[in-house]
Amino acid sequence: MNTPGKAPRVGLFVTCLVDLFRPGIGFASIKLLERAGCEVEVPAAQTCCGQPAFNSGDYGTSRRIARQVIEAFESFDYIVGPSGSCMSTIRAHYRDLFEDDPQWLERANRLSERVYELLSFLTDVMDIDGVDAEYRGIATYHDSCSGLRELGVKSQPRKLLGSVAGFSLNEMNDCEVCCGFGGTFCVKYPEISTRMVTDKVGSIEASGADTLVGGDLGCLMNMSGRLSRLDQRVKVYHAAEILANMADGPGIGEAEDAGRGAAPDRGRGQG
Amino acid sequence: MKAAASHLFKQRVPAALADADLQAAMGKAQDGFVGKREQAVSDYGDFDALRDVGQEIKDHTLAHLDYYLERYEAEVQRSGGHVHWARNSEEARRIILDICERVDAKNVTKGKSMVSEEIGLNDALEESGIAVHETDLGEYIIQIARETPSHIIAPAVHKTKDQISDLFHANHGRYGFHQRLTEVPALVNEARQILRQRYLEADVGITGANFLIAENGANLLVTNEGNGDLTCTMSRVHIVTAGIEKLVPTLEDATAMVRLLTRSATGQEFSAYTTLSSGPRRDGDQDGPEEYHVVLVDNVRTEMLGSEFRSMLRCIRCGACMNHCPVYGAVGGHVYGWVYPGPMGSVLTPLNIGLEQAGDLPNACTLNGRCGSVCPVNIPLPDLLRRLRRRQHEAGLDSRYSRAGLKLWSALATRPAVYRVLTRCGVAVMRMLARGRGRLGSLPLAGGWTDSRDMPAPAGRTFHSLYRQRGRR
Repeated sequence: MNTPGKAPRVGLFVTCLVDLFRPGIGFASIKLLERAGCEVEVPAAQTCCGQPAFNSGDYGTSRRIARQVIEAFESFDYIVGPSGSCMSTIRAHYRDLFEDDPQWLERANRLSERVYELLSFLTDVMDIDGVDAEYRGIATYHDSCSGLRELGVKSQPRKLLGSVAGFSLNEMNDCEVCCGFGGTFCVKYPEISTRMVTDKVGSIEASGADTLVGGDLGCLMNMSGRLSRLDQRVKVYHAAEILANMADGPGIGEAEDAGRGAAPDRGRGQG
Repeated sequence: MKAAASHLFKQRVPAALADADLQAAMGKAQDGFVGKREQAVSDYGDFDALRDVGQEIKDHTLAHLDYYLERYEAEVQRSGGHVHWARNSEEARRIILDICERVDAKNVTKGKSMVSEEIGLNDALEESGIAVHETDLGEYIIQIARETPSHIIAPAVHKTKDQISDLFHANHGRYGFHQRLTEVPALVNEARQILRQRYLEADVGITGANFLIAENGANLLVTNEGNGDLTCTMSRVHIVTAGIEKLVPTLEDATAMVRLLTRSATGQEFSAYTTLSSGPRRDGDQDGPEEYHVVLVDNVRTEMLGSEFRSMLRCIRCGACMNHCPVYGAVGGHVYGWVYPGPMGSVLTPLNIGLEQAGDLPNACTLNGRCGSVCPVNIPLPDLLRRLRRRQHEAGLDSRYSRAGLKLWSALATRPAVYRVLTRCGVAVMRMLARGRGRLGSLPLAGGWTDSRDMPAPAGRTFHSLYRQRGRR
């Protein structure tokens, strides 16, 4: 796919959560991809990957959204996004939707081979082994489930983060155990979800880290929300923000005046 | 058979989460199972290659199940045993009761058998005036506690040692044991002394099967207490209860499956006892039953064989999926409400008792995939759960609230221009509500989230509006 000497054209799949809640992760992704030598475009005709419908068993809706994504992205060399979960839906599951539709199945399969989660794309396809960034802190890393088990994302973020000046990693126990987010699961079964995220917050706390890092915003919002509800002083960032040297603002769920180094505001948020 | 209570899943969750004994027992057990399996798997070497072999053996057998079942039946008959075919639980109970009545059985000993739970055997025997004695320690514990198994290989996993001390103390006085014991070896020894007598009194011994071997008609059974051997050999009649998916072609195949089973289940290289039983006592044998019967149960298994759920028939009942499931670990096995709990149970239960009754089970899962990643025969459990969700959605069995939400969201997600406008508004409103605090403590219609966690507020305008405005940076 990669013509030597020519920058690969990458379509950035922003993901709906990044679009809504944390645009900085999108800009960090662009910066990392451009530094790695890619030409990045953000197709306008994107909303969501369709996972909420797919995981709710609504294949009709999922197919409509999948066709939209395939049409918007199939002209690119690669399709990359800052989420193991969304990218796994496109890469591993779109083909399940078109079992009875050979034409779209073919298009889904052709797209699938070029779909990557951001961090593993940087290391595995673009051969990046380090970044020029600085973050002073002791971090712990949560392996989000879809990226880990469906796309094999495990060592790649650690390798990249290991090159960040000042960054040290204290692995928590059970870093591969689900945080209890699970998309709509967290509101359909809130008690079980709360129990799972409380266990996870216990592991984060026990690691002694001052920063939680991960590669999926949904999980990070879940853990951040529970951390702040329990008054835990842990900053939460997407790995792309740290790698792009863009983690100098407030962490996920943190007050807007709480920049890097300032004491985080721990008063309970109000609605 | 005890009525299924899977429809009460959601309503029983809070009590399970608040049950301190259950939580203590589950936390300890899951850590133990996970750690031991991990060690055994890494000691083995290329365990994934062995998993592929296991999958291949089961897939091959399932593809030719008619052949292997008939071959197995012929071999059992050749060694003097009988094979009975039960289409459903009722037929299975009837076959077993008929045998027990014919031999005038008063006492039955039982090795662990999940199929006997599936067919509701104990209640049926007791209603006919036959005393049933479970001989697996875990099964014995829940039998005297009048409960059902909460795990397929560790039926009493939900109980703490203290609870078992109390239970034995309350029940064993009539056998002359009056001291409340607190150490595990002493508790085991006391149960063993009581159970010894049961083996001597037994007319009929009923066991399950781990693998039924087609080439020689043998049943391979693994236990760690030796209770399987004693149940098989010390009664006049041995009855094996098994699902039709238990077949493997050869003894060599069975040994490969045992390597997978013990490591996945308990992290053992080999079970303490591995028993092969085939047919009744022959001339010159020193022990063994006078009669040997195998009851092969279908229930929904042939239906599964011809459906998108065939891979579930590969299941060898090791329990690794539930040992690694964070939801099972949080709520325990009883809230699943039927015989099989955890991920495998969340697939099997709706297929057996209907999605109408068990609609929560495929949904009470984050699809984190840990179950599938440890399954010794590579059953794609998350995919199967998603297929059940699809059936549910297509049959209109999901909640009205959920359907309306999906419909609205789908209308937006497929219209990017409208979506941009509305998300810009939504983000602005949320930011206004957060008033610079970076998070929201409560949010209308999102109580499921905000009752226990803050909702991080949008950090700026939407990415797409910023991107179009700034252009690429």
